[in-house]
Amino acid sequence: MALIKDGKLVADAFVDASGAQTIPATGAVIVSHEQWQAQREPLLARAAPLGIRLRSDQPPDLIAADLRHFALVALEFPKFRDGRAYSYARLLRERYGFAGELRAVGDVLLEQLFFMLRTGFDAFELQSDDPLAAYRTALSDFSVWYQPTGDGRPTAIQLRHARR
Amino acid sequence: MYRYDEFDAKFVAERVAQFRRQVQRRLAGELTEDQFRPLRLMNGLYLQLHAYMLRVNVPYGTLSSRQMRTFAHIARTYDRGFGHFTTRQNIQFNWIKLEEAPDIIKELANAEITSIQSSGNCVRNITSDQYAGCAKDELADPRIYCELLRQYSFLHPEFSYLPRKFKIAVTGSPNDRAAVAVHDIGLRMHRNEQGRIGFEVLVGGGLGRTPYIGQTIRKWLAPEDLLSYVEAILRVYNMQGRRDNLHKARIKIIVNQMGIDKYRELVDQEWEATRNGALKVPDAEVERIRSYFAPPAYETLPDMAAELAAARKADRAFDRWVRGNVVEHKVPGYAIVNVSLKAPGRVPGDITADKMDAMADLADRYSFGEIRVSHRQNLVLVDVKQSDLQRLWRELFALELATPNLGLLSDIICCPGLDYCSLANARAIPIAQDISRAFTDLDELQRIGQFTINISGCMNACGHHHVGHIGILGVDKRGEEFFQLTLGGSSDQHASLGDRLGPGLAQTEVPAAIRKIVDTYLVVREHGERFIDTYRRVGIEPFKEAVYGSESQAA
Repeated sequence: MALIKDGKLVADAFVDASGAQTIPATGAVIVSHEQWQAQREPLLARAAPLGIRLRSDQPPDLIAADLRHFALVALEFPKFRDGRAYSYARLLRERYGFAGELRAVGDVLLEQLFFMLRTGFDAFELQSDDPLAAYRTALSDFSVWYQPTGDGRPTAIQLRHARR
Repeated sequence: MYRYDEFDAKFVAERVAQFRRQVQRRLAGELTEDQFRPLRLMNGLYLQLHAYMLRVNVPYGTLSSRQMRTFAHIARTYDRGFGHFTTRQNIQFNWIKLEEAPDIIKELANAEITSIQSSGNCVRNITSDQYAGCAKDELADPRIYCELLRQYSFLHPEFSYLPRKFKIAVTGSPNDRAAVAVHDIGLRMHRNEQGRIGFEVLVGGGLGRTPYIGQTIRKWLAPEDLLSYVEAILRVYNMQGRRDNLHKARIKIIVNQMGIDKYRELVDQEWEATRNGALKVPDAEVERIRSYFAPPAYETLPDMAAELAAARKADRAFDRWVRGNVVEHKVPGYAIVNVSLKAPGRVPGDITADKMDAMADLADRYSFGEIRVSHRQNLVLVDVKQSDLQRLWRELFALELATPNLGLLSDIICCPGLDYCSLANARAIPIAQDISRAFTDLDELQRIGQFTINISGCMNACGHHHVGHIGILGVDKRGEEFFQLTLGGSSDQHASLGDRLGPGLAQTEVPAAIRKIVDTYLVVREHGERFIDTYRRVGIEPFKEAVYGSESQAA
């Protein structure tokens, strides 16, 4: 599984412990919401960056008050058809002001990268032979957008009336 | 009509190029059918029983003559010479090859037509009143807001993977011809107490296997808040809608499970946080779109009531057509002309390429080059001079497009059914053909009066059977087709769902059952009463007895 962050192929700085029995003592980790609830104090006492992984039935208001503790939020797409995380991403960025890494994990298809970028994701776990090429294609598919989102790309309406 | 500007044109061109790449990847085996399915569906390409079917949008039912000619060209070049207009103001081409689909979509784009989101779990084609901008009873022009919604909905980054499909309809007239109450969101334009035009917003209507009439979530919404409010409804739905069961995933289910008051509370909470943001509709954009819908260059004409009356008196067939298919226009001296695609024995909504071309020519010569498509699967020429009516009628008559049955019993809504559709349980088209052949006497049809028969070949209800005065639903019982009748449905401003009449009937029994229902109605109706009003007054019993006999009532 390749990780693309801010348009570059990178090594994953985090260990995903969200499905594990025990959380590693050191290093950056990603935990589940359940682990966060059960082990909040020890997790906060660790010296390394902390990430949290939410399932698609776990809306971000669950962690809204705790966001300052997280360097990363991973939102899960259990099936590509499950589009809840698009709303979650926008809420995290636009409502709760989350500025850390927002990572798309699970069934992440090339055709969805464009939607994910626009809703606030900046990191993607991708299954692809050539993930960077795929990423660039997805990025270049469109240059016109009709909907304003937190990414600030100007919409067709804004461009139409800005030039007058 | 709306025309693409540089942004719209570029967007659609980029979509065409993207789809071509996706098809190439599929043909090269880089995408599995499972991965490709949602991509093709969001471009309107279905895999049906015999071939691919391409569903193309006619946004809010408006077409230029050029676009109609493009449909004719597509039908001739890539299909078998005809197309099918649907209950969603779409046209379907039934015999499409996957390899050719990118070229078709390119040709459509050149004429400013798309198939974007005509399928998929996303916001579908925005539908409206086929008389928009011309109807005498219209309060405000819905097309401006339909266009705004069309653009807003296209490839929405947050709402392209909703729990299920999502349909929005708008009416600018108190007489609802757009069936807004049976849409996921229905918008009714009306004035508030201060006299300002805005929208009553209905939510959670829909047909299918669990039909509901939409409920009012907001009595009045300011036009500049339309997009932010729709976004709030969609966001709540995207997060709360059921993902565990395809049949319970529509917004109507969640609205009715939690109750409209709770749903409203969630939407309002969401909307409070966003309503003053970037989705506020700028006046300049409304005016830009409005300029495309400026009235055509109407001549100043007198209402020629006397001349028309004389012409009608002199020609009985013309008189019958005017009475049946011509509707009052808001501009003096003009008329709205409905073109029925329901000649006896024909497939409702089907039209050949030659007739598409002929309609385009008639539109150019008689109606400022514009054609409308109604959700009842008919066509409309909306801006015809009254002084041209008789000439136009003769031309339509020669084309066999002058069947004077608009709104009458043989003006049947019918889905493609098992003749084409992979979801269907039964063949709907032969039922429509049988009924229309059983009721060909025009005097009788007019005597029976306003009557809707809606036929669906399965419970997905593309033929809107729940809201037909008579609804007919095809079901499969152990490999045999049966047809379930419902009575008392309506999709207008007094929308209601039909009641089940009794056990399913065999195909051959249906026309006789319709005949018995009609005969009973003619006996019990009070003067001038429409069937639906009689039904609401007397209830189902007399009709049940007529069809099944008194001894079988227990069945």
